[in-house]
Amino acid sequence: MIKLNRVTKMYMRNRALYDVDLELTKGKIIGIVGPNGSGKSTILKIIAGLTHPSKGNVTVNEVKVDRLIANQVSYLSELDEYYGFYNVGQTIDFFATQFQDFNKEKAEEIRKFMKLDRDSKLKHLSKGNRGRLKIVLTLSREVPVILMDEPLSGLDPMVRDSIVKGLISFIDLENQIILITTHEIKEIEMILDEVIAIKDGDIIGHHNVDDLRSEKNMGIVEWMTEIYR
Amino acid sequence: MKDSFHSSQPIYRQLADRINRQILRGELKPNDKLPSVRDMAIQSNVNPNTVQRTYRELEGISIVETRRGQGTFVTENKEVLSELREYLKKEEISRFVERMHEMGYNGKEIQFGVTAFLRDEKGDTEQ
Repeated sequence: MIKLNRVTKMYMRNRALYDVDLELTKGKIIGIVGPNGSGKSTILKIIAGLTHPSKGNVTVNEVKVDRLIANQVSYLSELDEYYGFYNVGQTIDFFATQFQDFNKEKAEEIRKFMKLDRDSKLKHLSKGNRGRLKIVLTLSREVPVILMDEPLSGLDPMVRDSIVKGLISFIDLENQIILITTHEIKEIEMILDEVIAIKDGDIIGHHNVDDLRSEKNMGIVEWMTEIYR
Repeated sequence: MKDSFHSSQPIYRQLADRINRQILRGELKPNDKLPSVRDMAIQSNVNPNTVQRTYRELEGISIVETRRGQGTFVTENKEVLSELREYLKKEEISRFVERMHEMGYNGKEIQFGVTAFLRDEKGDTEQ
């Protein structure tokens, strides 16, 4: 479903990714872990068509990725880029006008699940509720690929829990693939099918999480401690 | 049932183990319907794929059966259930015995120890 073939990405003279090969199949939740600046976000941006590889190529569903891939990919940015003067309801409605695949009923369902008030102004939302709203907007799109850049970072445990539960409740694993970059491994470990570890722009490990447990008797944290030593 | 899985065993197996224990304790009765895959995933905070695998494993050993369009049910087959009971007993005992051997107790000591323990426990409950 997603294929990276010998992808290298340079930012000026800095190498963000180096000669990365990766093949991912649908129906899975995949975690990308690694220190800050290791290339996690770059991988997502390249798959989303938001930045282009310096070398190599990327395909989603056999289609070469360019900016038009946005109609197959829902991307949750690390940043908050919404209109402060909109309220929650207006933001959802605005998103519905931007993406044909946006399912408004689903958005309402997730909004209620996240206990967000349609009338709250965005500039008055707490950080936690902005995090929840981002989940509403990202998961309401009916697209094969969902990319989430640090959906849990900087949020308190209750918000993180509601986001993880929201993911379990509203993703469609028959048709979708979900890629999540994160440092919050404990929270998300139980919902990952696979984990990919990145270091200095290189994939240094890629495992099925249950295989890690049964073959190496290790959870993700123990595994990372071993490979990042 | 709060979500604490340990890291040394696949989650699907730990979840299967939980369900087996619920059956033995009578919290799940023969012919009871298990939660849907999605609901079970939400309840136990795990990936729906994991729940699916758990149900498949349990189906493989005939503890549950999936009825088309209706869901997954605990078997009514008494033989299978008593096998499960026997199996879990052996499993628990072997774990216990292994740890006792590790600490240097021999078979006799373990046996006496268990007998004495059960006798005391019985004394306690009769008082």
